Amino acid sequence: MSFVRGLKCRECGREYPVDPIYVCEFCFGPLEVIYDYEGIRKTLTREKIQSRPQNLWRYRELLPIDGEPGSGLQSGFTPLIRADNLAGVLGLKELYIKDDTVAHPTLSFKDRVVAVALTKAKEFGFDTVACASTGNLAHAVSAQGAKAGFNRFIFIPASLEKSKIVASLVYEPNLIAVEGNYDEVNRLCSEVANKYRWAFVNINIRPFYSEGSKTHGYEIVEQLGWRAPDNVIVPCASGSLLTKIWKSFKEMKEIGLIGEMKTKAFAAQASGCCPIVTALKHKVDVIKPVKPDTIAKSLAIGNPADGFYALQVIKESGGFGEDVSDREIIDAIKLLAKTEGIFAETAGGVTLASAIRLIKAGYISKDSLTVICITGNGLKTQEALIGHTKEPSYIKPNMASFEEALKKIKT
Amino acid sequence: MPVKVRIPVPLQRLTQGKEEVEGDGKTIIELINNLETKFPGIGERISESGKIRRFVNVYVNEEDIRFLKAEETQVKDGDEISIVPAIAGGLRKAFIASIAL
Repeated sequence: MSFVRGLKCRECGREYPVDPIYVCEFCFGPLEVIYDYEGIRKTLTREKIQSRPQNLWRYRELLPIDGEPGSGLQSGFTPLIRADNLAGVLGLKELYIKDDTVAHPTLSFKDRVVAVALTKAKEFGFDTVACASTGNLAHAVSAQGAKAGFNRFIFIPASLEKSKIVASLVYEPNLIAVEGNYDEVNRLCSEVANKYRWAFVNINIRPFYSEGSKTHGYEIVEQLGWRAPDNVIVPCASGSLLTKIWKSFKEMKEIGLIGEMKTKAFAAQASGCCPIVTALKHKVDVIKPVKPDTIAKSLAIGNPADGFYALQVIKESGGFGEDVSDREIIDAIKLLAKTEGIFAETAGGVTLASAIRLIKAGYISKDSLTVICITGNGLKTQEALIGHTKEPSYIKPNMASFEEALKKIKT
Repeated sequence: MPVKVRIPVPLQRLTQGKEEVEGDGKTIIELINNLETKFPGIGERISESGKIRRFVNVYVNEEDIRFLKAEETQVKDGDEISIVPAIAGGLRKAFIASIAL
């Protein structure tokens, strides 16, 4: 049974039926799914959720599908790791990493949104799925689309890391590498979406797709023992993830699964592409688009679709944001790896490095409960670390050579 | 002084199918109000309570008015004004097709 009541314009409030549409016909605002929270409140309990398999569909009443899940049956429910080693370095009392580096099947949080998008695309009767992507989404649509039996068209900026291109091609989608940055790819895809009747997960399926991000937040609440954190630090590309994580906490309160919610939401961006943080620091509501130039390609969206709403959430929650240099990103990737044994992609470096700045500046108090959202795996962006790691100790296959090397290591 | 205004496809129903119309006004908001008198209904699609709607971009000679003086941006004879829904990303035709899909 579905608790979806329809779609509603976030700007003017006009309501629409559930269809593969994403823009208000009247004022051009984005559409969002609305639910019958009273109905959900009556049926969904902590016990019911806990009795279900450990994947993102355990929160299905809060997701916009009508029938049975049709994709991502093993996605979600990634570890929430108590990061005491890292907390020690940062001087925090209670720090957790929400670790989507091990999301199934393609090692980023995009497996969550695509699980919902493809289930919905099937319900709408589409046979082809498509996306504009900076890499992670390309992998998720390529892989889950293969499993679910869709034709797949994947549009990426041609400048993506080689390893990210290979990690899409292996699933044999139709991979279209566009000479241009993500914003140009996205604009082209809007035009393609107008001409071909395909399910573009992040265009005409976006109202449904983006709801999948909420599962990252539900899991944080459940894994913390049914409480929302004091602070959550979220990487921002379009800004959608941040708004949806915060929405997930609010919904948990709304349906009575948690008592209070006072979470501050913090945005993390790379200095080479930080339109949301810039607006925040300048205290303006208008997001000025930028031309991205950063090693964090998965966050390189210069004209963020949900930037305005991310700003509102940050302000309403009492949070803030920071932007960091490529050098800080690399250092943070290494810090996370050597303290917690987690290898995050460049976006993860952005998030941790921004957290460090926010802690130093006093925005995050040391005795509060903080969650850092790590959204993708470092094996995807190894190029970023070349020349920035130690060298191996090269030796000959004998003990003398090993002993010699050991002396150097010890000194 | 008349200025030329480019109308996006979804609003052309209100301009009898015209892609480009002429309007009067010293500022953007005056211009929009003037268009409303000529093409009733178009004003509320573009602005609300004197503010341009968030997902409507208005350009004066290719420059986004948000980075000029917003609704109070001056317009003069010969300026070219474009109204473009943000979500369409510079789209022209068939924009409406996707939302009616």
